[in-house]
Amino acid sequence: MARALWKGNEALAEAAIRAGVDAFFGYPITPQTELLEYMARRMPELGRVFLQAESEIAAINMVYGAACAGARAMTSSSSPGISLMQEGLSYIACSEAPCVVVDIMRGGPGLGNIQPSQADYFQLTRSAGHGDFHPLVLAPATLQEAVDLMYASFDLAFKYRTIVIIAGDGALGQMMEPVEMPPMRPPAPDRPDWAVFGAKGRPPRAITSLYLDAEELEQVNQRLQAKLKVIAANEQRWECHLTEDAEYLVVAFGTVARIAKSAVRAARAAGVRAGLFRPISLWPYPSEALSKLIGQMRGVLVVEMNAGQMLEDVRMAVCGRTPLRFLGRMGGVIPMPDEIAAEIVHMARTHQRGNGHGAQRLLQFKE
Amino acid sequence: METSIIISGFGGQGALFAGQVLAHAAMESGKEVTWIPSYGPEMRGGTAHCTVVIGDEPIGSPLVRNPHCVIAMNLPSVDKYEPLVAVGGRLLYDSTLVKRPLHRTDILGVAIPAHDIALRCGSQQLVNIAMLGALLALCPLVELAAVEQALRTHLPDRHAELLRPNILALHAGAAYIREQRIAMS
Repeated sequence: MARALWKGNEALAEAAIRAGVDAFFGYPITPQTELLEYMARRMPELGRVFLQAESEIAAINMVYGAACAGARAMTSSSSPGISLMQEGLSYIACSEAPCVVVDIMRGGPGLGNIQPSQADYFQLTRSAGHGDFHPLVLAPATLQEAVDLMYASFDLAFKYRTIVIIAGDGALGQMMEPVEMPPMRPPAPDRPDWAVFGAKGRPPRAITSLYLDAEELEQVNQRLQAKLKVIAANEQRWECHLTEDAEYLVVAFGTVARIAKSAVRAARAAGVRAGLFRPISLWPYPSEALSKLIGQMRGVLVVEMNAGQMLEDVRMAVCGRTPLRFLGRMGGVIPMPDEIAAEIVHMARTHQRGNGHGAQRLLQFKE
Repeated sequence: METSIIISGFGGQGALFAGQVLAHAAMESGKEVTWIPSYGPEMRGGTAHCTVVIGDEPIGSPLVRNPHCVIAMNLPSVDKYEPLVAVGGRLLYDSTLVKRPLHRTDILGVAIPAHDIALRCGSQQLVNIAMLGALLALCPLVELAAVEQALRTHLPDRHAELLRPNILALHAGAAYIREQRIAMS
């Protein structure tokens, strides 16, 4: 199929439709709203369900209900809306109802602003709701990757009966880029054998997240943890760019990673052998792949649009073996390629002067 | 090799649309391209801008601090981007609205009477595409024919009567540069 120029939010919506989404529930919020608008137009045309809920809390619970009935259900929102969905996400996780959630992150905390941010990293990977669980979190850097991950997300959600979160940001949602759309898939023919949709002619099933007996709930937790272990083993995704001969490594995800790609090329032009490690799955984090690269590195620079959240995962993978620096912009400010390139070159020069080793150093935030 | 272009003006002048037309034309010409808008609250009544990056390899950063080319359709845009244009870059501005001289001598500043050109082509709404035509005469990023095709395909139906004037403006902007014999590079 030919390439076409798509806007991020609309490309995500079309990819979900082609992946066979049965039902979309959502509530508008910038910078994600075009996704919902696109769904509002296209889903009824296809005879599928679109419903604008009265709030994000209602939307996620509608997703919960549709998912329990075996539908391919999804919602999308931006940071404050995702906060509102936390209770529902926790219920969904315990119920093992598969669903897909898109978070087009914006500046926070609080109402914040509508500019791009990555400050939901902890919220998505660590604490998408109360209790012990992790959604599978995928962070695309280009619109083609966003479409491909979105297309794969329902299969992943149903394979593991888990929540899949596509973690984007305002820049990804608002920008345009050529995309080759995958083919339209027919809707799933059968509902899964765990779904609840009327028990006529068969024994009843139940889906719940309420287990009053502690021993029983512990068993449920053990089952969930065993499943998470399998996901952690199978679903780590990452990209290495120019890492083969690299001495200095940039670690970044999503929009920042593609900006860092330009910075790495600029640093190479300035004579620094720089490379990029880009986690695509934020949970499970590709720790081993990153860890294997660290031996050859004289320094590692983590760049994020937050105060240093993925930095914690990098710290664990680096484990003190090489000096670590951090460059973060907050509040919706996007780091520019020259800013990152200057930081890489500075890291290399500092190291060559011989005072680069020693305690891990957290760079002061600019501005 | 990547070329970055920022198009900036008042909200309503079509800065974002001109960028999209350029992006479509670039894609249809087999190039890699990204388009990213300013989408903050400043769009209401203030300035709006977009960044287009065109290259032969997949684009890394869709944003740049120092663009190779800037189309500035009002004074605030000239004030904002004159200091930022990359050394040796181009700053095209609408000399109907911007009366001050440029300060930089290490960039090519090009005054375009885009408002007059647009009016001659039928509407003051055509400033954006007249400026785009001028840019493409200075920097042959894509063929004018590809932009014409992009206009045909992507001009919203509600503006169908503006298709021909838009194509006129595109060529009139390019013709202005050629008539001025401003060096193409």
